[in-house]
Amino acid sequence: MKAPVYFDYAATTPVDPRVAQKMSECLVTEGNFGNPASRSHKFGWEAEEAVELARKQVADLLNCDPREIVWTSGATESDNLAIKGIAQFYKGKGKHLITSKIEHKAVLDTCRHLERDGYEVTYLEPGEDGLITPQQVADAIREDTTLVSIMHVNNEIGVINDIAGIGEVCRAAKVFYHVDAAQSAGKIPVDLETLKVDLMSLSAHKMYGPKGVGVLYVRRKPRVRLEAQMHGGGHERGMRSGTLATHQLVGMGECCRIAQMEMASEAARTLALRERLRQGFDDMEEVYVNGDLNAHVPGIINISFNYVEGESLIMSLPEIALSSGSACTSASLEPSYVLRALGMNDELAHSSLRFSVGRFTTEEDVDGAIEQVRHAVEKLRELSPLWDMYKDGVDLDSIEWAAH
Amino acid sequence: MAYSDQVMDHYQNPRNVGKFDDQDDQIGTGMVGAPACGDVMRLQIKVNGEGIIEDAKFKTYGCGSAIASSSLLTEWVKGRTLDDAAQIKNTEIAEELALPPVKIHCSVLAEDAIKAAVEDYRKKLAAQV
Repeated sequence: MKAPVYFDYAATTPVDPRVAQKMSECLVTEGNFGNPASRSHKFGWEAEEAVELARKQVADLLNCDPREIVWTSGATESDNLAIKGIAQFYKGKGKHLITSKIEHKAVLDTCRHLERDGYEVTYLEPGEDGLITPQQVADAIREDTTLVSIMHVNNEIGVINDIAGIGEVCRAAKVFYHVDAAQSAGKIPVDLETLKVDLMSLSAHKMYGPKGVGVLYVRRKPRVRLEAQMHGGGHERGMRSGTLATHQLVGMGECCRIAQMEMASEAARTLALRERLRQGFDDMEEVYVNGDLNAHVPGIINISFNYVEGESLIMSLPEIALSSGSACTSASLEPSYVLRALGMNDELAHSSLRFSVGRFTTEEDVDGAIEQVRHAVEKLRELSPLWDMYKDGVDLDSIEWAAH
Repeated sequence: MAYSDQVMDHYQNPRNVGKFDDQDDQIGTGMVGAPACGDVMRLQIKVNGEGIIEDAKFKTYGCGSAIASSSLLTEWVKGRTLDDAAQIKNTEIAEELALPPVKIHCSVLAEDAIKAAVEDYRKKLAAQV
């Protein structure tokens, strides 16, 4: 069987060959394999130099100071460190946090964990456009709030939150602001010089770097302090102990360098591909794009094909690798909590696909996907009693369904 | 998730897709499930004067296993008496299609669908007398 065409760049990206090359130079005896923390010999010094260059490359992408970059194992760890770290360090000030219902599970589950430890969390509801407004945040901030965590770009629908506006609100209220930027960094400009963001989580594997490495940006001015979650040798200024994985960090540095250098051209190219894909379904009945397209990253688009169930749709697309907007393929059988939070009804949430395109997607890939998806949707609608009823003018809401 | 060959076969070549006129006295219709749950099955049977199911048709909104379960069911009920058809158990369907535990509810829905279709036909029959 021919390998399927990859339309799941929001889940993970392949490593750019330029990145893989740099990484492979940091492994074997002839390479830069030393422990960056070794101070007594050349192997250590050279490894440290490579790590610090990588740190600078990440800092340059975000326009911040390299000393504000803390290496982690990925965005999940960064989210944990930021949220637990702040909540615990500042618990004397208060035990209230604010986040949104459509954050990544790494944020939501961390908040749930803190709730069990006696913290209180407010979960903001996005509008139908998928966005959280600065005003919503302002209204939710209390005397005992220590942290706001609102993501930059949502991973399922691709909408971009106004993190500049939310940052202003938080700074004015003297509340720390954490941003999960796993889906935005390297794709759209992030300028921490101007943004009032105190902590930011990044992952390398969403921007053509390796899995297993990420960073947490921790602002120095005004100073942000946090409780370490990993204890040991006191690496990363005590915030995250553990021997630095030179090859991983070098990989992340290089992918950030490439992302910065090629961002404008890549965004334009990716956007053109996404639009080509979207327009491929323009003339179809009962097809809806989820989330506000005016505030959207180039690479992600979430589309509902009404009256067709998402899992069967994916099943009939063996030559396309993508994910259902709904979590139907998981054991839970629940439709996507993100789409539900937008106020979408369950059946439309069950009918959604997330397409994400990227650096190695071609126009031919997109054209092929359009043709296959159209064919599959038509076939499944022929099989769908709901489509029949829609065509017969039956209002599905008027029927009393037996929920099971 | 990997699908069994039996599910793939029914999914790719669904048997007896379609719709009968549900006003027809010979037809029993069972519609079960809910769009909100991600599964809706409509199973219809055509019953002759001897109480034998002559023909069956289905349409299903749902995952591949739901489509396969209803497709298989239309094959199984043809030629059976109403009593016989109403005896079909979800476990038989699940076994035939090698459904994983997380998809057992699809076979349950199929069992509900044939029971509902038989009941609908019997109601119509009773109303005629």
